[in-house]
Amino acid sequence: MSAASTSTAPTSAPSSEALPTAEQHGIKEHSDGRFGFVPVQTRSARFKSFDVADFPAVTGREAVWKLSPVAKFTDLTAGVLDGSVYDFDQTPHPDVDVSWVDRSDTRIGTAGAPEERAAANAWSAFEKALAITVTGEEAKEITLTRANLGSVPRAAHTVIEAKPFSQAVVILQNTGDARISENIEIIVGESANLTVVTVQEWNADAVQLANHFATIGRDARLKHVVVSLGGGIVRVNPSVQLAGQGSDTELYGLYFADAGQHLEQQVYVNHDAPNSRSRVNYKGALQGAGARTVWIGDVLIGRTAPGTDSYEQNRNLVLTEGTRADSIPNLEIETGDILGAGHASATGRFDDEQLFYLQSRGIGEVEARRLVVRGFLSEIVQHIGSSPLEERLQGVIEDELRGTEGN
Amino acid sequence: MSVLEIKDLHVSVETDQGTKQILRGVDLTINEGEIHAIMGPNGSGKSTLAYTIAGHPKYHVDSGSILLDGAEVLTMTVDERARAGLFLAMQYPVEIPGVTVTNFLRTAKTAIDGEAPAIRHWIKDVRESMVRLRMDKSFAERNVNEGFSGGEKKRNEILQLELLKPRFAVLDETDSGLDVDALKIVSEGVNRAKENTGLGLLLITHYTRILRYIKPDFVHVFVDGRIAEQGGPELADRLEDEGYDRFLAETPVG
Repeated sequence: MSAASTSTAPTSAPSSEALPTAEQHGIKEHSDGRFGFVPVQTRSARFKSFDVADFPAVTGREAVWKLSPVAKFTDLTAGVLDGSVYDFDQTPHPDVDVSWVDRSDTRIGTAGAPEERAAANAWSAFEKALAITVTGEEAKEITLTRANLGSVPRAAHTVIEAKPFSQAVVILQNTGDARISENIEIIVGESANLTVVTVQEWNADAVQLANHFATIGRDARLKHVVVSLGGGIVRVNPSVQLAGQGSDTELYGLYFADAGQHLEQQVYVNHDAPNSRSRVNYKGALQGAGARTVWIGDVLIGRTAPGTDSYEQNRNLVLTEGTRADSIPNLEIETGDILGAGHASATGRFDDEQLFYLQSRGIGEVEARRLVVRGFLSEIVQHIGSSPLEERLQGVIEDELRGTEGN
Repeated sequence: MSVLEIKDLHVSVETDQGTKQILRGVDLTINEGEIHAIMGPNGSGKSTLAYTIAGHPKYHVDSGSILLDGAEVLTMTVDERARAGLFLAMQYPVEIPGVTVTNFLRTAKTAIDGEAPAIRHWIKDVRESMVRLRMDKSFAERNVNEGFSGGEKKRNEILQLELLKPRFAVLDETDSGLDVDALKIVSEGVNRAKENTGLGLLLITHYTRILRYIKPDFVHVFVDGRIAEQGGPELADRLEDEGYDRFLAETPVG
């Protein structure tokens, strides 16, 4: 482990009209090691554009790229992308329509806009968008599998819309080769209850740069789960706007980086309506030389969002030497009238006391380690809400853990 | 008959101030079915003895020997010691997030016996032990020690003692932090385990209170890393009246 940050600072702002002092959070630099860094710009004020030409060439010094290996995917940030339609498999359901739609579809561009060049490059290049439209109030689950994207640099655009009062679990399953930059818009209608799970089990040299933009309507709920296990460079950045009053989101992430893998997620929750609630919980394990993970969690509680209840956390478990985990929680609060806002981040080695306890009960070291890591990650798996997928992922984690043995 | 022998044991730990000697020549023999109480003031090395027997990596054995039926324990790994029949009930049991009590107990039992327990008998054994220790059945599905109160953690240790059936158990201040009701429940569990399996016990305690419920055959007074005096149960009564001052006056506090 060459870098790790640890901080825990649950905050609960009282109702107060008093001006913030220099000692308060957000004015003073945080203890995350970026000494002297004071944000100059609110998260919502970042430059956005649908047009790739509006973004200068990527240098790797930009806030959104500074922890990513940008030299390894210049084809996606600066090259010409194949924006044609691709093959996918799906489990059909009568209340879930999956079809290709034109760029003129009125939903496109309503959930968000690119904040960086790879996302804008994809937005400029896609020919048709894949639209997944959920209706019907009964619980249901569909899985959409992409396995043949190939290794030509490509762009993709997906719209997932849950109509008002509808309910579904949508699983996006990714395997095989890929060099892809893509945008996924998630539109959750009033009182709808949508779960989106994206599972990355790409081949070892695949590169994926994905941005998810979600907007959640009044009294609606989005559960969003990112599971990144396979792939060379996998960046999945969900941005969620709590746009309607009483809207609710839970964002979960589970990642397991092996030697040479770069797994990144930049999570942004924008509280933009009264009485909205968010929970962010990402957990990762790292093993093997060069295993690298990045988690950045931004939460913005706007003036428009009194009564907000928010908490974000990231935990990383370092299993071997030679790995690096970056964990950066940021919390920006523009109103004093909130229920709660907190964040926590911890990156640590395997706990020797846990190991000793289990071994003192006769359990061998290898099995003891496996028990602890499985326990650590299964908290996230249990939240997915799809039994077959949960069971399958527990098995995949077991396989990953077998890779630790002998190290 | 099983016997646990500790011979001239010297143990040190690394601290910020350098190497610190804690045990300075401990000799102790425990036979199967015997209860030995080790009493002593804070900092005398009682817990170090417990953790050294269990094999905690923090403690460095400088010299001496621990033999279980003639086999050297000090060269065994932590889990090998447990499989050989040693058990440590910890003063501060560790939380294991994401691992349920049920899963943990079954995994430990399988490791110790070398084979998975027959399901129906096992479930019955676990349930009965939990009832006797007044543990609600919801404990089985909770994560090990996570969110447990102090008393619940200690009962969970004794639950393991009953189910894993060691030949020798070290109880490291199992009584500390328990109210009288919890103390009685825990003591009953220990006595029951001894009746059922005839195990030998090393009971480490700061107070004489637990000795009202678990009757020791021998009492050893531990001061400054070695046994300063030993005797029968009457020695505990004397300590109750006099405290440890008599011993502390003779030796510098380490």
